[in-house]
Order: sequence, then C-alpha cells, then structure tokens
Amino acid sequence: MSYTLEGSTGTWEVVCGLEIHAQVSSQSKLFSGAATTFGASPNSQVSFVDAGFPGMLPVINAECIAQAVRTGLGLNAQINLWSRFDRKNYFYADLPQGYQISQFAHPIVGTGVVEIALADGTVKKIGITRLHLEQDAGKSQHDQHASKSFIDLNRSGVALMEIVSEPDIRSPEEAGAYLAKIRQITRYLGTCDGNMDEGSMRADVNVSVRKAGEEFRTRCEVKNVNSVRFVMQAVEAEARRQIEVWEAGGTVEQETRLFDTARGVTRSMRSKEDAHDYRYFPDPDLPPLVFEQSWVDELKASLPELPDARRARYVALGLSPYDAHVLTIEKETAAFFEIVAQDRDAKLAANWVTGEYFAALNRLKREVSDSPVSAANLGALLDLISDNTLSGKLAKEVFEAMLEADEPPASIVEKRGLRQVTDMGAIEAAVDAVLAANADKVAQYHAGKATLFGFFVGQTMKAMAGKGNPALVNEVIKRKLGAPSG
Amino acid sequence: MQGTDFTIAEGLRALDRREISAVELTEAHLAGIAALNPRLNAYITVAAESAMEAARASDARRAKGEGAALDGIPLGIKDLFCTEGLRTTAGSKILGNFVPPYESTVSAQLKRDGAVFLGKLNLDEFAMGSSNTTSAFGPVENPWSRANDPEKRLVPGGSSGGSAAAVAARIAMGATATDTGGSIRQPAAFCGIAGIKPTYGRCSRWGIVAFASSLDQAGPVARSVEDCAILLRSMAGFDPKDSTSANLPVPDFAAACTRSVRGLRIGVPAEYTLPGLAPEIDALWQQGLAWLRDAGAEIVPISLPHTKYALPTYYVVAPAEASSNLARYDGVRYGLRVTERESDLRDLYERTRAAGFGAEVKRRIMIGTYVLSAGYYDAYYLKAQKVRALIRRDFEQAWEKVDAIVTPATPSAAFPMDEKQDDPVTMYLNDVFTVTANLAGLPGLAVPAGLDAQGLPLGLQVIGRPFDEETVFAVGAAIERAATFTAKPQVMA
Repeated sequence: MSYTLEGSTGTWEVVCGLEIHAQVSSQSKLFSGAATTFGASPNSQVSFVDAGFPGMLPVINAECIAQAVRTGLGLNAQINLWSRFDRKNYFYADLPQGYQISQFAHPIVGTGVVEIALADGTVKKIGITRLHLEQDAGKSQHDQHASKSFIDLNRSGVALMEIVSEPDIRSPEEAGAYLAKIRQITRYLGTCDGNMDEGSMRADVNVSVRKAGEEFRTRCEVKNVNSVRFVMQAVEAEARRQIEVWEAGGTVEQETRLFDTARGVTRSMRSKEDAHDYRYFPDPDLPPLVFEQSWVDELKASLPELPDARRARYVALGLSPYDAHVLTIEKETAAFFEIVAQDRDAKLAANWVTGEYFAALNRLKREVSDSPVSAANLGALLDLISDNTLSGKLAKEVFEAMLEADEPPASIVEKRGLRQVTDMGAIEAAVDAVLAANADKVAQYHAGKATLFGFFVGQTMKAMAGKGNPALVNEVIKRKLGAPSG
Repeated sequence: MQGTDFTIAEGLRALDRREISAVELTEAHLAGIAALNPRLNAYITVAAESAMEAARASDARRAKGEGAALDGIPLGIKDLFCTEGLRTTAGSKILGNFVPPYESTVSAQLKRDGAVFLGKLNLDEFAMGSSNTTSAFGPVENPWSRANDPEKRLVPGGSSGGSAAAVAARIAMGATATDTGGSIRQPAAFCGIAGIKPTYGRCSRWGIVAFASSLDQAGPVARSVEDCAILLRSMAGFDPKDSTSANLPVPDFAAACTRSVRGLRIGVPAEYTLPGLAPEIDALWQQGLAWLRDAGAEIVPISLPHTKYALPTYYVVAPAEASSNLARYDGVRYGLRVTERESDLRDLYERTRAAGFGAEVKRRIMIGTYVLSAGYYDAYYLKAQKVRALIRRDFEQAWEKVDAIVTPATPSAAFPMDEKQDDPVTMYLNDVFTVTANLAGLPGLAVPAGLDAQGLPLGLQVIGRPFDEETVFAVGAAIERAATFTAKPQVMA
C-alpha cells in the first residue's frame, strides 16, 4: 500500500531524496593533521591550515580516502579511481579559507544502491547518486555575548562524506528507514560513528509532491535534520505545506528551509534568489585523486560483514527473519550475539539475547555497549542449559544473579547450589512422595482429570527446590501414573 | 673589505678563506640598506638585529668547521614568504602587522643552510603587478637610470621589484622571489641581474602567501647565473606539506652552469617576434643566439602556435585563483579588521576588504570572481583551461625538436614610474614573453645580456623542459659568459 496524502483537490504522492552528511571516522582531519575528537575545548583542535592562515596548504589524509571507498563499497557503488577536489566559494565567519574544499564535478563514489526493509515486509531499493568528500566548516556561536559571535574551529576541516540519494523515497517511513540504513552501514563499516546527537550524521531532506502520474514538481530542501524521527516528521510536514500551497493556487518556490522540531513545521531559510553562486572550480592546491583498482580490491577484501549479509546468514542459521533483523540493527548487538552464539545453538542464543537479555537491558536502561553481562558469560550460561546443568527456570535465576555481578555462571551455580538434579533415584523418590501425599488427586487424575498432571509436576519441583530436571520429572511422573482413563 | 659587490660564490670563498666574516658581510649590507633604502624602498622590514645574531652564529659555526652551503650569506626575503616571528605583509595593508608563527619551507631551507636574512623585500601587493608600484608600502625604485635622463625614476619591474632592486643595488647578495607570470624574470631583466623561475613543483609553496596556486613558483634572483644555481639548490626539494611539490632529487645546479652547450638544440619560436618589438631587443636576441651558435649549439626555428592566447589565458586563470585565494583575508582571524560599532558580518567584510586591498588587487579579485561566476565559467575559466592545455602541448611538441628555447625576457627595458599606470592592459603586456612558462609549468631563466641605448639592462630568457633546470642553467651561463655583462647600476652600495 503506497503512502499518499489527501488534499482538498485529491490524492498526493510524496517524492523525497536525502543528502546525508556523515562525518568520517578518522584520527585527523581531511586536509590537516589536527585531531577530530568530539567535545574538545573550543579552538583546541585547529591547525594553521584549518584556520586559513596565509600560505597554508591542504594535504589529503589517506585514511579519509580509504573510509570513503569503504563506504562506497558498502553502498554497492561505483568507485571512481580518478576524482578531484573543487573549491566551493562563499564567505562566512566559520569558513576560514573563504571556500570549502569539496568534490563537485568528480566525486570519489558514483552510483550505487541500498535496500530498505519496510514494516509491511517489503524490501525497497533506494538509488545512490554519489558520495563525495568535503571538509566541514567551523561552528558559529551567537549566544555567548551580547554583540559578538564566537567561532569554534574544531570542526573546521573535519572530513565529511556527503551521500546523495536518488529521489526514490516515497514516504516518511522510507525516508526514516533509508537514513537508518545508511547509519547502520557506516557503523558496521566503522566509517562513521553515526552519533546524530553529536552531529556526526545529519541529513538535508529534499521534498516535493505530485499527483499520480505527473512529472516531478519543484522541490524544497530542508537542511540539517538530525534524527530519524525528525526526518520522518520533516518529510510529512514539508509535503503537507507544499500541498497547501499548490491547493491554494500558489506555486512552491525552490528554496532552502529549516525544520522547527518544537513546532513540527518547516520554515524558509533562504530563497533561490538569495542562493549563493559558489563559483566552483578545481582546487589548484590539490592534484586529482588517483588510486589503483588493486587498492580498492584490498579494501573490499578487508571489509567487515555488512548488515544485509549478516541478516541473511542468521536466517540461514535458523533464526526467524524478525530475530535476524533485530539482532543486526546495531553493530554492537550483532557482535554481542556473535559471541553468545559462537559454537552454540544459534536459535537458543537468539532466544536468550532477544528475550531475557533485551528485557534486562530495557529494565536496567543499559545499552549493549555498556552491557551488564558479558557475551562470553551469557554464552557459558547457554552451555549450562545445553548440558542439563540448569533448567530453563534455573538459568533465568542464574541470569538474574549475573546481572548483579557479571560472573561466570558456573561459579554462581556452585555458590548458590543451583545445579539441576538429574539423578533418577532422587527424582523418583520425590515423585513417589508427592503421589503418596496426594492419593486423592491421583485418583481424580485416573478418573479423567488430566489437567492434574501439571499439579504433580509443580509439587515435585517444589519438593526438589526447583532443581529437578523438568524433562526427567515429567517423564517419571508420566511413567508412575500411567495414562489417565477416559 | 666591504664585500657587498661579491657574488654569492665569491662571498662563500671569501668566508671560507676567512678573508671576511659573516658579521662583516652582514654589517656592510645593513649599512648599504641604511644608506640606500630610504631612496630605493626595496625593503619593507629590515631585520638588523636578527641578521647580526644569525651572522654571529654563522661565524661561530664556520669557526668550528661546520659551515653549511650558504653559511653567512646575507639574503633578502620577498615579503610573500612567511617568516617565523618576522612581520610578513605581502605588500598589502590587509595583512596589517601579521607576524607568522611559522616559517615557509623555502626560507626554512635557506636558514638551514646558514643564510642570514637581512629583511623582507618590497613587492607588488600580493605579487600582482609588473612594476612594483602596487605595494601598500610604496613603490620601489630601480637602481638603474637612463644615461640621458638620470633624474627620471624607473620601475624595477614586478612583482619581485624589491628583490631585484636590492640585489642589483648590492644591498642583498641574493634574494628569494616568486614568479606567477614573470615576477622573477621581468624584474631581474629590468635590474640587470639573473633570476630563475624553476619548474612548477620544484620549490615548495608551503608558507608562501598564495596568489595563483597553479602558477606560483618560488625562485632566486642573484647577480650571476651560478649564484641562482647555488640558491636554488637550497630552496628546492620535495615537501610533503605541498601536494603539488615534486618528489624528485635536487641536482647540483651549480655544476650544470659549467656544462658545455655544444650540440644542444636551441629553439627560436617564430611567434615571439612580436610586431613592433624594439629593434634593440630583437638585436640582442639575435646576438644571444649567435653566441650560442658560436659555443657549438644548433639554432632551430620552432613554432609555439598558441602563444598569442597566453596573456589572455593568464589573465583569466590567475585572477580566478586569486579571487578564491584572497577570500581568507576577511578581518576575522588575523590582519586588518575594519569595523563600526553597529557592523554586522557582511559590513565587516566589506569595510575590511575595501580598506585593506589596493586597486590592482581589487581589480583582479573582481575579474576572477566574474570569470568563475555561473553563466561565465564555461566561456572564460573553462576555455582558458583548454587553451592552457594547448599551450602546454605546444611546448611538448617543441621538446621533440629542441633542448631549450631562447627568447627576450621582456618587451622593453625598465620604464619610468609614472608611465603605464593608467591602463592596466598595457601593464599586463610586460609579461608577454614570460607567462607561457608559468602556464606550461616550465623553468625559465632571465640572464642580463646587454644594455639598450639609454644604458639600461636588457635580458634574455632561457626556457627548458620540465625539471631540466640543469640545461637551462648551462645555456644561461653560456650567454652570461659570452655577454660579459659588467655594467653596474648608478645607485649601489
């Protein structure tokens, strides 16, 4: 069922494309040796290059190039062995050189495609137009002084990847899923940490609306949206605004807008008439960026497993598509699961991770990245279930104890004497005692009240302080009672 | 012994033999500066104290037998090279009292080799000019004057006018310079000294205030071809901080100066015979070719068919890059800031740049902005890049036939300070013989070869293959030997 919006003149379709700015994970900036750590004190990570001092020259940071290529490979995209840096000229106080070094005409990565999974179970392909590298600007702070603006150049020169999609997105859900997918891929690759709160990833959202079967209408660009949720909201808000404009007999003007997250509306930032003429031209300080296919092949060979491949592998291991999806959303979760499932029953591992473990994280408000239980210990717990040392119920008890102190489950079992009883003699004795003490119920059972079976199990387990192996207890009771009549 | 008239080679020998000390040499030059600079205005900043300190340190090294390649040689530094702790102006008000916290690679290498820096030399503002009249610190006067009109003050050429005038007037033994369209070779020719613009990429541009990045190249000016070779060896070399610098070994350029030119094929481009070329320039050119023929070289007529487009191409490419390179002078972080109480950011930019830049710089920023603008880019910038490729190809084809090319260095001798100032295009014609080497990235050497009827020096230019400065030096030195240029300017220490 495709997404549409109803207006007074009929049904409207939404057309959307995203430009995602992803900060490259690297030790130093795109063209200087300055560090890139987030949250450092203002202007503490600035080289003379980043500050645009006279005679300073950019030098390409090879690690940033490798990260862009890895990302391109992760987007199933064309890697351009020849690309070039251009200057985008404009004046602003936090742009020290008076130009941004970017890749306008010849980006390092060309067309690609990613798949997004939608709630209705369908999978949709979203085209990637290009990925290019560019340097970030500094940060202007207008709220520090009554009449002055402060400039922090720590971000100045930090490497960004701009990932441009085709206008293939048709709903807020798709826009959100696409952004989440790009974030997931770059996080798996380790090419962008995807921390949207810290501005490591942000999106410019291009939105237009049209009636079914029409050509594209004029689009507006909503700048700097910094969460999946806000992207979804911005698409809908901007689409609704444009529908109103068209339906009131007006014309949507191409312009740059901002999303007001508090009020849930977009507002104009600058119109097309105010648009800069950026006077792009090849940066004469930097020769074209040229590398060999063999280098790309080396990077490709060393890429980590990507989320789509990992999900498919989990399904092949017998996991449900849902579990496979949930376990692969975050790279940290998948890595945790990998350790838990290593040489073990994958389904049992998935059940425990998505069940008890996720529930515990929720309850404790913790993340996988600061997990209260190590994956190795959780795996060891599964071993104790598999070798019948623990029943499921006992295992949950041990797990609770592990949440308090992340100890190996075996030592908790020893300390608390939680070992499951599998000694048939002990189980038979316990069952005999229960049946003897409840002769009336045994009679009722034999008279046809089969539901009493559970009562005998419960009583036996209680008598054994919960440590009886449930399967064996069942088996013994069944054998001793014989089949109920009736 | 005063020593200001020494060439660098002679100075090094005298220092080695302890006939003179670095302190004495430096003192003599500083005395010359004190006497002549008020008139010539070649230096913007004189660094007397640090120069004396460097000279004493040099003498101490030499006493311990640790003298480096240029130890104790007093040099002037064009004020486009950032010098750590020493004001660097680029000849512009907009840099204000900018004192760089870093040293340009080229000047750092000269220091490494023991050179003594006397001070910072005047230039056209941001190296934009051919007469050194656009400097915010006033014009430089050529130490030469016309025999029949000695009172007429002449330009030293530009943009490295301070460098050329100081070296000619013996108030620097050599100097750094930069050349974007002829800014080393034209002033060298006007002041009767030698100067080489090496191959693009031979010297690091790191720490040199940028004018037009794809054309700018540092080089030396000095009173002999050999001196240029000695200085260039220290200045040149790969620098990982400049992505356009060439990762090639630096040859012994001075050794190349003694090479024979026998058997070399010298190209003479037909297109450089301009209509209206002064007869005495043409005569000097023919004389230079005759000297080379006499020395065993073969003279080969060649064609560089796109030469006539070089100047217009240059005046699109250079301003385009300059308009972007000079955007950083915005009053925000360093240098001049002009602001009013109620100023907003745009107002700050406008006031600062209006007050900070001179007319020629503003003209080129406007031209450059225009040729890069939407709707004009293809017609100007892109077209210019295509023509530039054709000019480069002209030379590539010529190198199949010849080993070096010899042309006049300038279309005229030095002209009076009050001429050619009204029409920028006339001024731009000064670069007609030199811009091609910048557009093609080739080494070009100017060597003094004779005097005109007024007794003013005239130079010839030797252009070579990329990174073949050695052949250029060999040919230049051969011309120099044959010319026996011994004339001296009227004003000198």
